[in-house]
Amino acid sequence: MVLADFFQWLQTPGLTHFLLISGILFSLGVFAILTRRNAIMVLMGIELVLNAANINFLAFSRFTTGTLDGHVFAIFVIILAAAEAAIALAIILNIFQNFNSVNIDEINQLKD
Amino acid sequence: MDLYTIAFYLFAVITLVSASIVVFSKNIIYSAFALLFAFFGVAGLYVLLMADFIAVTQLMIYVGGILVLVLFGVMLTTRVINVDMRTGTIQTLPAVLIVAALAGTLVGVFWTTDWRIMPAFPGFEKTAPRIGELLLTSYLLPFEIASVVLLVALVGAAMIARREKKAS
Amino acid sequence: MSHETILQLAVVVYLLPLLGFVILIFFNKRLPRQGDLIETAIVFLGLILSSVIFAVKIGAYQNETIQGTFTWVSFGNVPGFGPMVMTLGIMIDNLAATMLLVVYIVSAFVHLFSIGYMRGDVRYGRYFAYLGVFTFSMLGIVLTNNFFMMYVSWELVGLSSYLLIGHWFEKKSASDAAKKAFIVNRVGDVGMFIGILILYTTFHTFTFETIFESLKAGVIPFGSETWLTAAGILVFCGAVGKSAQFPLHVWLPDAMEGPTPVSALIHAATMVAAGVYLIARTFPMMTADALMVIAVIGAITAFIAATIAITQNDIKKVLAYSTISQLGYMVMGLGVGAFTAGFFHLTTHAMFKAGLFLGSGSVIHAMHHALHHSGDHKTDAQDIRNMGGLKAKMPLTFWTFVMFTLAISGVPFTSGFLSKDEILAGTLAYANLTGRWYIPIVAFFVAGLTAFYMFRVVILTFLGDHKDLHRYDAIHESPKTMTIPLIVFAILSFFAFFSLNPFNAASGWVYSALPRPESVVPANVAAAGIEEFEASVHQTHVLAMVLSLSMAGLGILMAFLTYYWKKIDADLIAAKTGPLYRFLLNKWKFDELYDATAVAGTIGISKLGRWFDNRIVDGVVNGVGSWTKGLTLGTKRNWVETGISAIFYMIVTAGVSLYVGWVVGFGLMPAEATLGAIVGYVVLGIAVAGFTFFLFYVGVGGFDNSIVDGLVNATAYLAGFLGLLTRRLQTGKVQTYLAFAILGVMILFLWFR
Repeated sequence: MVLADFFQWLQTPGLTHFLLISGILFSLGVFAILTRRNAIMVLMGIELVLNAANINFLAFSRFTTGTLDGHVFAIFVIILAAAEAAIALAIILNIFQNFNSVNIDEINQLKD
Repeated sequence: MDLYTIAFYLFAVITLVSASIVVFSKNIIYSAFALLFAFFGVAGLYVLLMADFIAVTQLMIYVGGILVLVLFGVMLTTRVINVDMRTGTIQTLPAVLIVAALAGTLVGVFWTTDWRIMPAFPGFEKTAPRIGELLLTSYLLPFEIASVVLLVALVGAAMIARREKKAS
Repeated sequence: MSHETILQLAVVVYLLPLLGFVILIFFNKRLPRQGDLIETAIVFLGLILSSVIFAVKIGAYQNETIQGTFTWVSFGNVPGFGPMVMTLGIMIDNLAATMLLVVYIVSAFVHLFSIGYMRGDVRYGRYFAYLGVFTFSMLGIVLTNNFFMMYVSWELVGLSSYLLIGHWFEKKSASDAAKKAFIVNRVGDVGMFIGILILYTTFHTFTFETIFESLKAGVIPFGSETWLTAAGILVFCGAVGKSAQFPLHVWLPDAMEGPTPVSALIHAATMVAAGVYLIARTFPMMTADALMVIAVIGAITAFIAATIAITQNDIKKVLAYSTISQLGYMVMGLGVGAFTAGFFHLTTHAMFKAGLFLGSGSVIHAMHHALHHSGDHKTDAQDIRNMGGLKAKMPLTFWTFVMFTLAISGVPFTSGFLSKDEILAGTLAYANLTGRWYIPIVAFFVAGLTAFYMFRVVILTFLGDHKDLHRYDAIHESPKTMTIPLIVFAILSFFAFFSLNPFNAASGWVYSALPRPESVVPANVAAAGIEEFEASVHQTHVLAMVLSLSMAGLGILMAFLTYYWKKIDADLIAAKTGPLYRFLLNKWKFDELYDATAVAGTIGISKLGRWFDNRIVDGVVNGVGSWTKGLTLGTKRNWVETGISAIFYMIVTAGVSLYVGWVVGFGLMPAEATLGAIVGYVVLGIAVAGFTFFLFYVGVGGFDNSIVDGLVNATAYLAGFLGLLTRRLQTGKVQTYLAFAILGVMILFLWFR
């Protein structure tokens, strides 16, 4: 692709732009999930991943199907994210009470 | 560059920069607050995708609900007095490799796939009523199940987080 | 007042008792006086509003049906069915408006009465909450415009009756009675449910009006009039259960275990009225055959219950059977086509039967206190043989009770006379048209019996002398909260509220507001038309009045002769007609019959199922197991110890070996062999058979030991090795697993790209 074409491409945001944003957001989220020790940080990473997925749903809904089904799925994702956050934080609080730590690498008793 | 493009890049930058801060910051408090801006930026992208209802929902539930929960979690599980707000990382090198591969794969796939884009976009007018219609017709069962899931999550969260009475 | 205003009022009126229920069920412990005043005030507010609705509807919109509907849920286009839309709504026609007022009057005064009657009860607040939900459920039945809400409310009525009958659930008899009421009702409800399904499959709607319109346009279920009749009878099954018709009437007398005001509510306004109301609602779709079934069931019920009522000694039981009998009357009235008369009787009966129950409650209350006062815990406070002479002590209760008794007996100038007379005229007209004379004969006989047993109660309870003077002194009139409802109901039992002419109900508002609806069934299966029926009623009216008056008079006279003047010795008659008397005293042995058939049958089926499971299913499994076990042991040559199955195995093995030898030996033998060759082949066959036997018997054991066991061991070893290998990967860290998962996903990505 010629550079001019690339600049032209940059100036007209379309489906690919949104998908790329969501892909980068997704990767960032996965990175947080994989590397952080703090369980709450892992949770934040999960939220980023879910948001990335939502961007995809809405982008496809806007650019390819033209129906609102993607929106409905986005709502379900948000619903599940809310439920998941509540449960996860409850579990984290419980872990904190039992281990006095939320670092997930220290909580490996299931291994033995 | 029209306004739409400017807005798009503005929100994209907000989102990605904030998300990077969330991921790379050593201080969990910074991460939590950066998450707020990341959510906000994503909501902006939703607006650009003509999803007004979802954008508002995003603001209300993520910013208003989940983020507050996360902050509570941070406050309740971090020893503020010990200034132990820093959180370490583990197995960074393999993770960097994996994530780089993942990002490469995703970008490659997004870039190379020939998406079937609608030639003419009819436009979404008033998404909320139509989403409501879909929820109560085609997606009635998932909708009901989601309500049950929320209820179970509510009860379960309360039960799990409840402080056990010390057995005397 | 516009249609919208009336509908909004109706919704408010509908939801008010639910509000009371919600408040009371959650907060009754924290409210002053456990919230009884709140609930009562709510119901009285509802009474006022429903009076307004009634007045406006009957006064200004008499010929219009006010409906408000909304789409509750739409499933879209369901394959194989078409558009599936459920529409709910409220319908106020004259029937609903009248019933609404009746329900509220009775409910409101029952609430008031309960304040006095239930004072100091263990679950006082909860009792009022349940009264609220009972009223709410009944209103659902009254106000709905479709079968769906009708069925939901129907079941809610069942539930709330269960809760109220079992209010004193510590008593085994009370909890049993609650369960019985619930289960017996369920039997009828199943029929009703099937009936509703038939209608829904045909018409794709639950709404009464739409169904009737389609019927009128000639659409009938499955294109067959028999199905229409069946649908009608099945829907009627629900009424049989709720309105305690034969053969499902057995729950109602037992329901007397609930508090007395609850009995009044159940008997007058809510539960049993629901069945009659249902018949009235679905009246247009009933075919002549279905109506005949309804009429006959009603007549049988009226007769059975009246005969039982004569012999009962518990004051509430007598009233219970009189209710069943009167319900039979109403159902019979509707069945013979006297629509207005049947529903009219429901209205008048609601007033005087509520009064009778509350009056009996007042008496029981007084007796209970007196017994308590004298430290007597053995005497039954509800047995009329322990009462007598209460007239002087409880004048208000007595005079109101007499008023109700006159009404139920059908004495002129009471409301009961008006409605009963119309039903009787209707039965005569029906017999005149169809030749089924047994229905009016039963009806008139029951009219006499009713007068007899009701006056028996009055005489034994209030007149004569009291047997225990000490107890008698302790009896006193009930408090005002209990006597005011009695007075109100007594006033409402006068004729003037229903028709200004005490001898002709047809001139009153009931007949002009509630004419018999047009039948919508095909003409060839419809009952006699309205004009024809009216003409017949006109002919028989005077005859019916004379006959009913003489029957009532005869019944009253007999009661006085027997129990007041003692000219006839009741005990002697009872002794002389021993078997019949015991048969009636034991309620026609219905409970015993059901215990022996339905209950025992259910238990029998369960036992059969258990036996089948234990013996046949388990037996087959165990048999196969022991056979296989024997086989295995056989191969290890332990067959001596293992008995039959090993021997069996040996025989089978020998047989198979011989067959193999036979096939080999004779199969190879050429067609024209010499004797020597034949012997040779036979020897070969025997050798092959022996070898096969050896293989099976010895070889299988060896095969099992070396090859099979070896394979198993090798698999186990491999699994163990793999386990050791993969254990390295099991770091126990979630993040490691996640990394693997992501790697896997990426491999999939690249694979399918």
